[in-house]
Amino acid sequence: MLVLDRVGKTYPNGVHALGGVSFEVELGEILAVIGGSGCGKSTLLRAIAGLDPPSEGAVVLDGERIGAPHAKIGIIFQEPRLLPWLRVADNVGFGLAEQPKAARAQRVAAALKRVGLADKANVWPRELSGGQAQRVAIARALVPRPEVLLLDEPFSALDAFTRTDLQDHLLDLWADAKPTLLLVTHDVDEAIVLADRIMVMRPRPGRIFDEIAVDLPRPRDRQSAAFDFVKRRVLAGLDRSLNRAPSSAEDEQKAEAGAAMWW
Amino acid sequence: MSLVGMTIAAEGAPAQERSIVSRRSRLLRPALGFVLPVTLALAWEIIVRLGWSTGRLAPPPSVIFWTFVDLARTGELQRDTLVTLSRVAAGFGLGAAVATIVGAATGYSPTLRRLLDPSLQGLRAIPSIAWIPLFILWLGIFEASKVTLIAVGVFFPVYLGLMGAIQSVDRKLVEVGRAFRLSDFEMVRRILLPAVLPAYVISLRSGLGLGWMFVVAAELMGASEGLGYLLIDGQQLGKPAEIVAAIVAFAIIGKATDWLIALAAAPFLRWEDVVRHD
Repeated sequence: MLVLDRVGKTYPNGVHALGGVSFEVELGEILAVIGGSGCGKSTLLRAIAGLDPPSEGAVVLDGERIGAPHAKIGIIFQEPRLLPWLRVADNVGFGLAEQPKAARAQRVAAALKRVGLADKANVWPRELSGGQAQRVAIARALVPRPEVLLLDEPFSALDAFTRTDLQDHLLDLWADAKPTLLLVTHDVDEAIVLADRIMVMRPRPGRIFDEIAVDLPRPRDRQSAAFDFVKRRVLAGLDRSLNRAPSSAEDEQKAEAGAAMWW
Repeated sequence: MSLVGMTIAAEGAPAQERSIVSRRSRLLRPALGFVLPVTLALAWEIIVRLGWSTGRLAPPPSVIFWTFVDLARTGELQRDTLVTLSRVAAGFGLGAAVATIVGAATGYSPTLRRLLDPSLQGLRAIPSIAWIPLFILWLGIFEASKVTLIAVGVFFPVYLGLMGAIQSVDRKLVEVGRAFRLSDFEMVRRILLPAVLPAYVISLRSGLGLGWMFVVAAELMGASEGLGYLLIDGQQLGKPAEIVAAIVAFAIIGKATDWLIALAAAPFLRWEDVVRHD
């Protein structure tokens, strides 16, 4: 289980980015953290990843305090961040350097097949499309079999069609080993499609403002009334998080126009 | 012929034509670089042959060619080339090695950079030729002073290139290394080294270019052998063809050594996402 206990972050320049965030995530749960720009959601994710340890409070995974990157935690960034000097297969196997060569090759081949890029094993990252590159990044993060997988707006740079495609694909991959997924996003649709639970953050300093359970069966129909209901609930929460009066007419317009990208 | 057949024939022909054109252009493109020098050389040859110029101070290509052959026949050309080449190799090896160590250290450690870089930048501002009298006093007029001068010339471009490359490694890729818990050594080996390699190779190539510049300066300041000595010898004995022959030899060997570095590095740089016009 992943436990956040009053996690706070103040940068050396005095910026108070996170103010005492506490929550628990069960193994295998999918949690989405949503909020506007600058609400501290990426800071929160980096603190959990051990890349930027918190200045107050603690991140605890299975009873172990996380202060640096950990073997049980994988991360997928907003950009694929593939190493341009390694071919696709070597990028996927990047985290398996200590494994024997044969075992590594086998796991890499299986992962590439799983993300539908078996034929791209020997190409350079520059030869991939944006969606393909992000699939490779997903494979690279999943190959070491992390217990917790952190995703920092992983599909925000992709076009709408590829994004939807990869969201479904991510769920498919998650079902293999069911790691804990903690997703940071500003896309309401994405949060509802993927998550069991949605945390709404409010800024200055970043803290949890609202928590919304998503009790919809998977696969989730983005056009269904139930989906729409949850979406309105999340959008209203986001509005309140910024002290904006929720306007039902505005919400409806947003939902109708599919304007679920909440910045 | 049916309409479909005609369409296929029409589509097939340009494809075939294109492949012939691309093969021809692959052969022709490098040849294009020779057009200007060969035309100028031929024109000069004709002018001298027609008696419009004596060609005494600017000998025509045929005279230079035969001077080349004569120098090669006596073994002088090979000896001088070998001597110059070994000076450049020693100076380049020394300068590049020291620059790699210092450049890597200052690129990696901000403390070392603050400690060393201001002094090195100060030294860089001195025209390297200004060191010659001091090097002769310190190291004598033989090999040591020449090799040191070449090493100084090679040092700065390699040092600056490597330090700059390390400092500009993409922070996001370093973070990937951190996320996968690489040790400091692994971080250098698996992220920093490959990331800086393209810029490092370019700095080695410009360092080598300066090495060739400085070997001439070193040999002009006093040598009894080497291609630079051929230049001085040609000047003192009034043999312009010998001077031009030595210059041509410099050009050929300089270009060849540069090409060797590029060739050696090519397999490691195939991943680069650069514009390729060929």
